[in-house]
Amino acid sequence: MPYQFSFEPIYDNWGILAEGVLTTLGLTLAGGALGLGLGVLGAVVRFRRTPVQYQIVTAYVEMVRNTPFLIQLYFIFFGLPSLGLRLAGWQASILAMALNLGAYSTEIIRAGLESLPRGLFEAAAALSLTPRQTLRLVLLKPALKNVWPSLCSQVIIVMLGSSVCSQLAVVELTSAASLLQARTFRAFELYLFATAVYLLLAVLIRFLLRRVGRRFIARGRP
Amino acid sequence: MIRFTFPDIVRGLVSGLFWTVGLSLIAFLGGGLAGFAILMARLSRNRIVSRAASLYIEFFQGAPLLMQLFLVFFGFSLLGFNISPLATAASVLTLYAGAYLGEIWRGSVESLPRGQWEAAESLALGRWAQLRLVILPQALRISIPPTVGFSVQLVKGTAVTSIIGFLEITKAGTMIANATYRPLMVYGLAALGYFLLCFPLSLAARRLERRFHAPADKR
Repeated sequence: MPYQFSFEPIYDNWGILAEGVLTTLGLTLAGGALGLGLGVLGAVVRFRRTPVQYQIVTAYVEMVRNTPFLIQLYFIFFGLPSLGLRLAGWQASILAMALNLGAYSTEIIRAGLESLPRGLFEAAAALSLTPRQTLRLVLLKPALKNVWPSLCSQVIIVMLGSSVCSQLAVVELTSAASLLQARTFRAFELYLFATAVYLLLAVLIRFLLRRVGRRFIARGRP
Repeated sequence: MIRFTFPDIVRGLVSGLFWTVGLSLIAFLGGGLAGFAILMARLSRNRIVSRAASLYIEFFQGAPLLMQLFLVFFGFSLLGFNISPLATAASVLTLYAGAYLGEIWRGSVESLPRGQWEAAESLALGRWAQLRLVILPQALRISIPPTVGFSVQLVKGTAVTSIIGFLEITKAGTMIANATYRPLMVYGLAALGYFLLCFPLSLAARRLERRFHAPADKR
């Protein structure tokens, strides 16, 4: 007998799946905001080449970018408790997402800062702005504006990556689907549905971030 | 009860690392072939073919790798086949790498000035000859740094296959950590294993990029 598809488990359990979607969005929002903040700080250190800080940030960036997210997650969730830092699954997930995004966005934002025309620096110096003022008032917005599309893509990559947080018993979209498949044996349908939702979330997040970018950083000139 | 000494732990992880490397190589070679097919389809003048290829790319770049693995793993069992974790991992990573490599290579082809195509056409070369003799040799040069860069992403991607039960270094790490109760050290060593594989590739990608002066798209 050929396989009969049944999408009923999805209708019947929409509450659990909706909760999973909201959790995925919440993780992405928290991890995304923290990660981008971390990225700005890291980029400034890398850009200014302040000794010691520069080496620390470089080591952090290389360590994160050359190891898988899953291992970072396991290290934080399973490893850190033996150093006395015991985190809940969702806390570990947000921390891992923020650290991961922070490393990638450090490099993206640094490239944005380095692509700025020399004239900006000279103009800021001519106004006798301090280095801190120059960064905050003159350089940051145009740099972010230049690399905003790359940052959006990176946030989406982190959102998709959050599906492995299901391994820490965080009930996000993937583990909601996994829980239901164990109960209903409709694995294929549930994962197909989850995949479609991830594709939609990627579109939605890109749309929202583009609006955020237009609203807050479009005024950065060059 | 088995007691794990430090050399036992390292030995377990290294044998996992061996499978990580093997799976990465399979996926890179398979993905290279798939990527070339996708590139050809994207460059095709047939609208339907090139649209299909871009949908393929959007799917594999827009869906989480874990979902792709689950879909193939459970999809095959629906059809009545029992598929091993290795076969699932190798086929999914091949398709995944094909999407990324196809897109990277299309970017390299499109970064060539239009004049190259026109010059080749003015020599009365056919479409295939234009590609083979004029376009691809130049695009190849541009595509090397981002291709090496992608291999880092692919090696890291193999970690997710531990979730469907493929015994590579992450899975080995999980098992050893559960047996020894020393997750900090075991996952730290596993991370070191990945770092030793990926960091040289990252450095090579960066060096090649500087040498060829072709800025690769940042991923």
